[in-house]
Amino acid sequence: MIAEAGHYALVLALALALIQSTLPLLGARWRDVALMNVARSTAIAQLMFVAASFAALITLHVFSDFSVVNVFENSHSMKPLIYKITGVWGNHEGSMLLWVSILALFGGLVAMLGNNLPLSLRAHVLAVQAWIASAFYLFILITSNPFLRIANPPIEGRDLNPVLQDIGLAVHPPMLYLGYVGFSISFSFAVAALIEGRIDAAWARWVRPWTLVAWIFLTLGIAMGSYWAYYELGWGGWWFWDPVENASLMPWLAGTALLHSLVVMEKRNALKIWTILLSILAFSLSLLGTFLVRSGVLTSVHAFATDPTRGVFILLILCIFIGGSLSLYAWRASALKQGGLFAPISREGALVLNNLFLTSACATVFVGTLYPLALEVITGDKISVGAPFFNLTFGPLFLPLMITVPFGPLLAWKRGDLLGAAQRLMGAGIAALIIVALVWAWTLGGGTFAPLAIGLAVFVMIGALSDLAERIGLFRTPLGTALRRARGLPRSSWGTVFAHAGVGVALIGIVCETTWNSEYISSMKPGDVARIAGYELKLDGVRSAQGPNFREMIAQFSVRLDGRLLDTMTPSKRSFATRGSTTTEAALLTRGASQLYVSLGEIAGDGTIAVRIYHKPLVLLIWLGPVLMAFGGLLSLSDRRLRVGAPKPAKSIRGLQAAE
Amino acid sequence: MTRKQRRLTIIGGSLAVLAVAAALVLNAMRDSIVFFSTPAMVAEKHIQAGKRFRLGGLVQPGSLVRGENLAVTFQVGDGSATLPVSYRGLLPDLFREGQGVIAEGALDSSGVFKADTVLAKHDENYMPKDVADALKKQGLWKNEYGAKPNDGAKSESNPGASRAAQGAPRPEQGALR
Repeated sequence: MIAEAGHYALVLALALALIQSTLPLLGARWRDVALMNVARSTAIAQLMFVAASFAALITLHVFSDFSVVNVFENSHSMKPLIYKITGVWGNHEGSMLLWVSILALFGGLVAMLGNNLPLSLRAHVLAVQAWIASAFYLFILITSNPFLRIANPPIEGRDLNPVLQDIGLAVHPPMLYLGYVGFSISFSFAVAALIEGRIDAAWARWVRPWTLVAWIFLTLGIAMGSYWAYYELGWGGWWFWDPVENASLMPWLAGTALLHSLVVMEKRNALKIWTILLSILAFSLSLLGTFLVRSGVLTSVHAFATDPTRGVFILLILCIFIGGSLSLYAWRASALKQGGLFAPISREGALVLNNLFLTSACATVFVGTLYPLALEVITGDKISVGAPFFNLTFGPLFLPLMITVPFGPLLAWKRGDLLGAAQRLMGAGIAALIIVALVWAWTLGGGTFAPLAIGLAVFVMIGALSDLAERIGLFRTPLGTALRRARGLPRSSWGTVFAHAGVGVALIGIVCETTWNSEYISSMKPGDVARIAGYELKLDGVRSAQGPNFREMIAQFSVRLDGRLLDTMTPSKRSFATRGSTTTEAALLTRGASQLYVSLGEIAGDGTIAVRIYHKPLVLLIWLGPVLMAFGGLLSLSDRRLRVGAPKPAKSIRGLQAAE
Repeated sequence: MTRKQRRLTIIGGSLAVLAVAAALVLNAMRDSIVFFSTPAMVAEKHIQAGKRFRLGGLVQPGSLVRGENLAVTFQVGDGSATLPVSYRGLLPDLFREGQGVIAEGALDSSGVFKADTVLAKHDENYMPKDVADALKKQGLWKNEYGAKPNDGAKSESNPGASRAAQGAPRPEQGALR
């Protein structure tokens, strides 16, 4: 009953989406207010029906209704409740349902919060949003219905893939989808602007918060996925240049570029056509990511099952939306009025440079991800493009970008003073050089790359702070004045500081982890001691235990530093009977920002156990950086000028802000 | 600066960055791309020692020898040829004799493949796509290699997915459909 209701709710959502994708457009054409307002009610109703459908699937999973194929294949009655819920999107059908639910959520939010939008713009945006929604409802209903029944219901399910039975699954996919799908809003706004043939700074002010929300979630989603892979897969890697990761990195790069070009458009009414193109590209890359992951053309641990009909269907959606929006762009973009002028050395110029590097880096990731596919289709040769390729292409493009990051905020709009900016960054530069020398001396000349990269990271971090010091007049005015100014500084300026500093923090973590990671691999017997980076790990013993739906072998290590007992670590190996598979649960010991990492290999007949121990210096900074970036994004979002649904600022306020 | 000069500066700068990016990509394409071979292809092509590639095939039953301190040797075969492989480290959870495997490394001067990474990316009814395709090409595909061989072949992993190297089984849908 619940399954049929969920299915029916999804069909109704499709019907509503079809109405929403046509009537408001006619309304906008005929200037009929009632017809345009249809978009608002259908978007909200659509959200309610999709939410009902999603809730139905969750209910089926929670109550382990194995007469539904999706539940049978991905659940087990003994599975803990949290994994029964998260298992809903741990499979193809459920994750597509989550995808459209989030799409409907964003559509509903635009409908509810968009009362200050011009009526025709809102009608157009919601109509475009409904086109996307209709395509994906059709996809789910035709090829991936999660509510199919089995004629003879089995008693027990086949359980969720053990690797996915982790709290990471509860957080990572929803975050990532909020990011991916969030870019649909900027896409819809861009297409709406192209249809209307009108775009201005106010447009950028409406789009920016939505882009920012999507970007924050995507940043956190990628970081979360990276940390999940790090602790779950048992060998301490945190980024693999796997096509599935690249699929999420590409929209992030395009989205980061879009955020920066929206600033130019909002403040200076320039770069309009470029901003529209980036909005289209960011969502197109999200769709491409969905295609890569969901169609199974390049499958990795994320890519669940496949079926050629699904691949072809998503490819079709991809072609229609990307091809359609780019054609519309080619046809209509020239009709948009060009914006203001600026000198190459200026804030705008710096943001253009940022956009150039980000999109070029994005292009190299695109080539590295799709070239092996294209080659295999055309010549049949199989190649793998891995980390070395991306280190040689992505790295050299990102380094100059990092050098220029601190300069951007210090340059004035319209015409900047590079020399002045360089002078103000003198402190940061000197600090960076001192750090380079210190690190180099401390590691006794063990390679120049790592000290230089750390120096660069310090330059970015202190550069961000000196921008802040400059704005509040620290050291130039009395401390009280400076503090008062700091409080008065727009939140978006604080956001910039945090986000840019976060980039530096992440870079330090990446460099330290890759350069000074130490590794110990051996087979150990109880009583054996492993020494790594000054720590002593003694294998106390191995015991077995029974979990809810698995059995596990737990090894206990006592960790000593300078003879003093710090803690015990208990990595384990779990075997899941239902799927006949095993997972490795690594044990982590955090010391400051560094971590000890222990994972187990096979257990031999004579009681020896293969052990892999890592010491990862400052590894946590890799994820602290993105968290800082996201926090910066959140601060910007809370800026009153950008608050979602904030009323249009009055003329006088706008005048004040221009002076900042 | 006139409007035209400004525009030229920006266009020139963009082209310069794009040219650099293109040069980097072409350069990296030449040096850092790893090709995939089966033992038969290795015998045919005479791949020189020291050149990195990925070797795919089935671990020959009975060939696995465990040595001191996690060193292992085993034979990888594809039906028409076999190649000895040596490796030191933890084998992935799903590494088994008779199952598909992908190893990355290079041949040494004596013709032994020294692997630094071993991926066994499959579960009980599944083998890596590269291996499956190679076996099919040679007509050696047997249905017992996969309950759903077509599905298995379609849904393989990207070989670069070293995250699965450590035996993360591929989440598979059931055979009901």
